[in-house]
Amino acid sequence: MTTQPIHFYQVGSFAVGNRLLDDDGRTVQSDPNRTNSLDSGHRACQGCGEALGARYAIDAAMRASQGRLVAVNATGCLEVFSTPYPETSWRIPWLHSLFGNAPAVATGVAAALKVKGKSDVRVVAQAGDGGTVDIGFGCLSGMFERNDDVLFICYDNEAYMNTGVQRSGATPPAARTATTEAIGSEAGNAFGQGKDLPRIAMAHDIPYVATATVADLHDLEDKVERAMQVHGARYLHILVPCPLGWGSASSDTIRVARLAKETGLFPVFEAVDGKVTGVSPIRHRTPVEEYLSIQGRYAHLFGEHPRTDIIARIQAMADRNITTYGLLAEEPADIDPKGVDV
Amino acid sequence: MLRQIEGSRAVAETVALCRPEVVCAYPISPQTHIIEAIGVMVASGALAPCEFINVESEFAAMSVSIGASAAGARAYTATASQGLLFMIEAVYNAAGLGLPIVMTLANRAIGAPINIWNDHSDAMAVRDAGWIQLFAETNQEAADLHVLAFRLAEELSLPVMVCMDGFILTHAVERVDLPDQAQVDAYLPPYEPRQVLEPDDPVSIGAMVGPEAFEEVRYLAHLRQLDALERIPALATAFEEAFGRPSGGLVSPYRTEDADIVIVALGSVLGTIKDAVDARRDAGDRVGVLGITAFRPFPNDAVREALSGARSVVVVEKAFSIGFGGVLSTDVAMASHDTGCTLRTIVCGLGGRPITSRSLEQAFAAAALDELDSLTFLDLDHEIVERERTRMTTTRRSGPSAENILRDLGTVASRID
Repeated sequence: MTTQPIHFYQVGSFAVGNRLLDDDGRTVQSDPNRTNSLDSGHRACQGCGEALGARYAIDAAMRASQGRLVAVNATGCLEVFSTPYPETSWRIPWLHSLFGNAPAVATGVAAALKVKGKSDVRVVAQAGDGGTVDIGFGCLSGMFERNDDVLFICYDNEAYMNTGVQRSGATPPAARTATTEAIGSEAGNAFGQGKDLPRIAMAHDIPYVATATVADLHDLEDKVERAMQVHGARYLHILVPCPLGWGSASSDTIRVARLAKETGLFPVFEAVDGKVTGVSPIRHRTPVEEYLSIQGRYAHLFGEHPRTDIIARIQAMADRNITTYGLLAEEPADIDPKGVDV
Repeated sequence: MLRQIEGSRAVAETVALCRPEVVCAYPISPQTHIIEAIGVMVASGALAPCEFINVESEFAAMSVSIGASAAGARAYTATASQGLLFMIEAVYNAAGLGLPIVMTLANRAIGAPINIWNDHSDAMAVRDAGWIQLFAETNQEAADLHVLAFRLAEELSLPVMVCMDGFILTHAVERVDLPDQAQVDAYLPPYEPRQVLEPDDPVSIGAMVGPEAFEEVRYLAHLRQLDALERIPALATAFEEAFGRPSGGLVSPYRTEDADIVIVALGSVLGTIKDAVDARRDAGDRVGVLGITAFRPFPNDAVREALSGARSVVVVEKAFSIGFGGVLSTDVAMASHDTGCTLRTIVCGLGGRPITSRSLEQAFAAAALDELDSLTFLDLDHEIVERERTRMTTTRRSGPSAENILRDLGTVASRID
């Protein structure tokens, strides 16, 4: 078996591996003995947030399950770039069936493991945002409602990237995609549309729902760990920037993801039994311009005739999230104890 | 054990004897009694270990079956009609992945207009999906074919669909000889998957294959279907030895030895056809019947051999390809292209239209006189059709044809004799 040495490097206070911490505080990724579940050699683009998110999440799930894991994958970038036969980057048992059925296939795997008495083997299903909020939504809701023993991970890059950057139900307002072109007075994706899947998941009263970004490895791994500690349907929604689709620099993937959180546009929180139990506070509150202006998909909001009106609407969305989830540490959360009050 | 039992119940009890480990249920008439009965057996502990999962759609039912089968469990589900179409992407996928899922198809028409009654449009819609498709003539055969289906599926790593006519078989109460557990256990060994999701030996299943190998993968699937042409008769022989009655096989000929007219059909209509053929025999026509049990893979050689002495072949079909004609007829024509016979198609029984022995007898008599059209729609009400054609010609906004025709007809039940 060929091996690839794992490199570690420090990036200021957001250190990837935190090798200076005690052993207990270190990440799975900092462990030279981690499984490397999604191995090197795959064909993701440079700076792919999804490849990063999948490796982080699945390695953490592998540690949590002592290596007893089966993964089901929806059609999409992750499937295509990881497994062009006869090559595969997966070091775990992995099954791809269709675009829209990963939650149901995972239910079937979990049922088979249960009936076979293999209670130690755990099941994760993974999909992009299209496979989660759009075409896979019926199967996902069914899996949630039955509380099947599956951790479903959505790698959200906010559009159909594998087919060439088309709008999904998770594409944010004003974003340019190939089917929401930056043309006309309301350029880009419309306001007031789209699905907030984490909240929809919470409405199913499943035991665990969380959001994360690839910018905070500790938080992401902790959430995978907590998700794996419980049984039943669990949902993890990870924001994974796509340099190709977002028009951001490959070297900016972590930065973009961090700004999504620091602006308040992507609230990072977790919910147990349908109730929000914790949020990751914003460390440096940042205006949305900083997030938007480094992405080509929002280029039409800037330049010679900046659309300050649209930027203001996006800022209002961020502000509302900050209030709703209490994302500023000093501000009390506007969260209803029974769920999210908006 | 001999039982007076509903077809669905007989299938459910036989499937349970096959020890399925994951059963998915989604209701659609006319298959619901099957999964309801299995659900009761799982809840009571009579069928264990088994996970019975109520899913949110047929697409999920087949998808759960895919996951379960890939993880090494024996998986079963049942569907019909729109349900089969709703799961069709997963139906193809199960075959492409080589997963030995067994599914009952309670044959039913496809809408619009929505219609819950029997024909074979659903089975024909997935003819090319890569599943083995076996058609039951009776409830005894419907039950027996499931035992054979699990063994065949698992031997070849191919999914098998057992087709039984909706309502006509599923809801008919008649005598069925149900096997016992020991007999089934002796015939059907435990499922040993060819590929399985297992942490100790991780594999990637279902990855992308490009043009450099796709044709070979498809051709291999074809070869495995051809293997089934060998295995189905062998397993039918083994079945007869184990259970003491014949069931299954590729084709079932009836009075074909000296026949110069052979009627070809699928499913329960074979019973009515045999009655009509007996009547025509009494009238002096040398008529026989060839029932097709294995529709996919299609038994070309067996069909050609059975039709080799026939001057005329009449294919009786409960489905047709709109804009062309018979579906089964095309296969029969290919199989018999060098036998010199004349081939005609009778389309009948669509959406549950009763197929009477009297109408069939008349058609077979016409065939004997070479007076049967090459494509005949049995008992079609031409007057009603013409009335609607006229309405469509004279009125742009003529409205839904189905509603217009029902208005013209008045009480539908009064027309059935």
